[in-house]
Amino acid sequence: MGGCLDRTPVLIDANEGGKAAGPSPPFRPAGPFRRINRAFFGRRRLGVASTLGLPLLWMLGVYVGSLLLLMVSSLYELDSVTQKPSNTLTLANLSDAFTNPSVIWVMVRTTMLALGVTIICFLIALPVSFFISKIAWRRARRGLVVAMLMPLWAGYLVKGYAWRAMVAPAGGRFAANGKGGGGFLESTFGWTPGYGRAAIVITLVYFWLPYMVLPIYAGIERLSPSLLDAAGDLGAKPFRTFRTVMLPLLLPAVAAGSIFTFSLTLGDYIVPQLVNNGKEKFMFGTLINSTLGAPNQPLAAAYTLWPLLIVVFYLFAMKRLGAFENL
Amino acid sequence: MRTTRTAMALLASLSIVAAACGDDKEAASTTAAETTVAVTTADTAAPETTAGETTDTATPDTTGGDVDYMWTPNADLLAGAEGQLNVVAWAGYAEDGSTDPAYDWVTPFEKMTSCSVNVKTGASSDEMVQLMQSGEYDGVSASGDATQRLIAGDEVVAIDTAEYSSYADIFDGLKLQPWNSVDGKPYGIPHGRGANLLVYNTEAFADAAPDSWSVMFEPGSPADGAVSVYDSAIYIADAAVYLMATQPDLGITDPYALDQTQFDAAIKLLNDQKALTSQYWGDYTVQQSSLENGDVLAGTTWQVIVNLAQANGAKIDAVKPVEGATGWSDTWMLSSKAANPNCMKLWMDWIASPWANSQVAVWFGEAPSNAKSCDLDGMAEHCATFHASDDAYWKDVWYWTTATEECLDGRTDVKCVPYTEWVDAWTALRS
Amino acid sequence: MRLSRFSRASLCAMTVMTIVFLYLPLLVVARLSFNPQKSVSWPGWRGYTTSWWGKAWEADGPRDALINSCKVAFASMLIALVLGSLAAFAMTRFRFFGKTSVSFLLVLPIALPGIVTGIALQNTFSRTIDLGLFSFKVGFGFHSLIIAHATFCVVVAYNNVVARLRRSSPNLLEASADLGAHGSQTFRFVTFPLVRSALVAGGILAFALSFDEIVVTTFTAGSGFETLPVWIYANFSRPNNVPLVNVMATFVMLVSIPLAWLAQRLSDGGDES
Repeated sequence: MGGCLDRTPVLIDANEGGKAAGPSPPFRPAGPFRRINRAFFGRRRLGVASTLGLPLLWMLGVYVGSLLLLMVSSLYELDSVTQKPSNTLTLANLSDAFTNPSVIWVMVRTTMLALGVTIICFLIALPVSFFISKIAWRRARRGLVVAMLMPLWAGYLVKGYAWRAMVAPAGGRFAANGKGGGGFLESTFGWTPGYGRAAIVITLVYFWLPYMVLPIYAGIERLSPSLLDAAGDLGAKPFRTFRTVMLPLLLPAVAAGSIFTFSLTLGDYIVPQLVNNGKEKFMFGTLINSTLGAPNQPLAAAYTLWPLLIVVFYLFAMKRLGAFENL
Repeated sequence: MRTTRTAMALLASLSIVAAACGDDKEAASTTAAETTVAVTTADTAAPETTAGETTDTATPDTTGGDVDYMWTPNADLLAGAEGQLNVVAWAGYAEDGSTDPAYDWVTPFEKMTSCSVNVKTGASSDEMVQLMQSGEYDGVSASGDATQRLIAGDEVVAIDTAEYSSYADIFDGLKLQPWNSVDGKPYGIPHGRGANLLVYNTEAFADAAPDSWSVMFEPGSPADGAVSVYDSAIYIADAAVYLMATQPDLGITDPYALDQTQFDAAIKLLNDQKALTSQYWGDYTVQQSSLENGDVLAGTTWQVIVNLAQANGAKIDAVKPVEGATGWSDTWMLSSKAANPNCMKLWMDWIASPWANSQVAVWFGEAPSNAKSCDLDGMAEHCATFHASDDAYWKDVWYWTTATEECLDGRTDVKCVPYTEWVDAWTALRS
Repeated sequence: MRLSRFSRASLCAMTVMTIVFLYLPLLVVARLSFNPQKSVSWPGWRGYTTSWWGKAWEADGPRDALINSCKVAFASMLIALVLGSLAAFAMTRFRFFGKTSVSFLLVLPIALPGIVTGIALQNTFSRTIDLGLFSFKVGFGFHSLIIAHATFCVVVAYNNVVARLRRSSPNLLEASADLGAHGSQTFRFVTFPLVRSALVAGGILAFALSFDEIVVTTFTAGSGFETLPVWIYANFSRPNNVPLVNVMATFVMLVSIPLAWLAQRLSDGGDES
């Protein structure tokens, strides 16, 4: 697959180009840079090494190295007395991670939750981005997009905490005086999902929604209006235009958005603490975190392979859909 | 060109923000350092004076200068004090007055020693062991189930009792116990002890106050569906304590020495308990707020949670049930990798000294470890309530202990389930 | 594409509802920071106190944490900008073996769940790494946080710069060369002005990303170094600190949202001129 480049026309931003070329630079001899320029001239490898070398070294050394070390650490047996990794190698942690039914069940449950959150985000983001991009008053568009994105900046914990305050349930029959008034939803509408699974889903959707809106909006903006008009002229009803023209073209954008909604949900363990109050069962992030605190570092390391593999696999799939050009 | 200008303006404003951050911090740390120096010199010069008097000039003393803290920092340790310490502690073991201004034994310590105290609250013994393994902390308030792992893993070191003036006054019944010593060498300063209690809503149980763990295990009680359970593998022992009373056929004599059959029975009991449970609490505040809100009508608790919730109006009470209970006997231990050993030693000495020890005992709701604590004004009653010196009371309190393959109750014909398998079973139960 | 009036109206309603959904919780927290009571229960719109703001201002914990957060975010932003733009230049100017894997590599730290990244880095930082010639241990503290944060911030800087470079026509560079400019001149007069605003945008995003981060931070901060999210995390459930948490949460919103808005607006203004 050629990615999205084949399908979306490359538009050269006239403003951009004009602006950059605008001030004509004074061309005096470059002096000390000259020798460096000459050294680089025509030497592709040197160019690649000098620009890519540092970031590549950092990412491989710090990050990929750490991931590999993590995998290695999952191969050590836990000393049952000191609860520290011993020097004995074992496959028991890996086999527990991948064959223990209760672990697999937690993983499946969490993956479903992540998919659910992704789908809900998509269902909200698509019409909203479409409205902003195509229908809203032209002058309001920018403002609307910015309004959609701003909550991203409010801070992960701040937002999670906000939902804790939103969904706080009313107290029981035996609540203390003045306690258990309930959060905003309970007090205002007399209804709240309370702490638990529903609150977790709502909070996660709330967190990741802007990540979905942004690429989809950008994707719709990139669609040539003539394309939609053409579909209309050829007699396609709006829904059909949407399904056969827009959706396929938007797929890479959706894929890009889903990377965040899916994978960030997959490992989350803080939201369950914020809006759960010890009610809902484990999410996979909680399982990893509590195993690490058991303390059983090797087993926790083995458990992290699950989200690691799923996300890497997911990324490869999304890459094929051209998501990376839309991040 | 507008982009350029605006972009630069933005970058500039960002760096101003960052610079402002930097300046602030420097200013803050400078003042802190100045204060520290002042206090240190004053204290070193006259170690017998109490904190209130020496530091009045630096910061207004809110705790009142007339309190006799009954402790003099060890001069040698004080001379080498590092200026700070990082401890892992149970909730309520290091109060600085931010929860209740009347309870503050951190600030006096900081004033007397110039060691500022950074507290990391551990939610369970397991978490504490993990935190200590990181080598990032100077010491820990470890319960018996953590101490053995910490000693075996060389995370903590034996102490020289000569460095601790408080050690002599500790109840003999707490010194040199299996969980805080090896071959007669003490591995820390005993802190105090208590039992895990049954908390219940007094209105929900208006007809008859419960006195048995059965309200947490048997359906049909007023708390059915509103039970709060401590979320840690060690809670399996609570089920075993209940089974000791209700199923004597199983032959459990020690809730931490369970063979496979006994262990399976406990797990089955806990699985059945899920139907009654509305909450598994790790962080104590989770249970506290549920008690106040009336979401939880019965549960396993610590006295400090009951105190805090009652102060907020919760209609609850707590009891040690007839079956007995699990409990803890805590020890402050010094990390083998302590970056601030002198401050940590000072803290350990301080927390076991009569005044500080009585404060923490009252605040947390446990028996103090220092015999002299009970001589303080108003403490006699507390010591009687919590049976500080009454060893008979502790007969049916099973201090948290790490289960090992070798049965702790002395049985040699069977193997017992080691604690790592307790953890696995608990994880399976919770997922 | 023509849509019926009804479709337009319902799309509009949906957008409005979404915006309400996005902002309502933030307003609720802002209102709670003036709540006389110490709880997350909704107090209605009556009863205000500003005393918590005063207390939060005086309390050491949140202020130190805020300063720490600023420092970490600024340092990791700088590293991320350098690494990210270098990678972006390489990716747009050269062809080389394994090119497609690079963007994959860069996005990995942010796409993998934070807990995986966190545990991996914690594991590495806690070990003594022996490279034959020398061995070292990273340990935990300010520096480990910067390393960790920079790692997942690189992609943000990279994305902004690479997007700008891709959008700009390669003809510009050729034209520059045809007119006799050297590589460095081209960079100074053509490339850099092109990416300048992208760098600022990327920088702000990286700053925000780091400022906001909690999961990786929890695993790599070690003891005694608290960032604002770590402080909030440790205090959100403590009844006595709930009012301060409300204040700090509101404060974060009050600072970061206008800043983000300003950034957005400034760069928009540039595009239209």
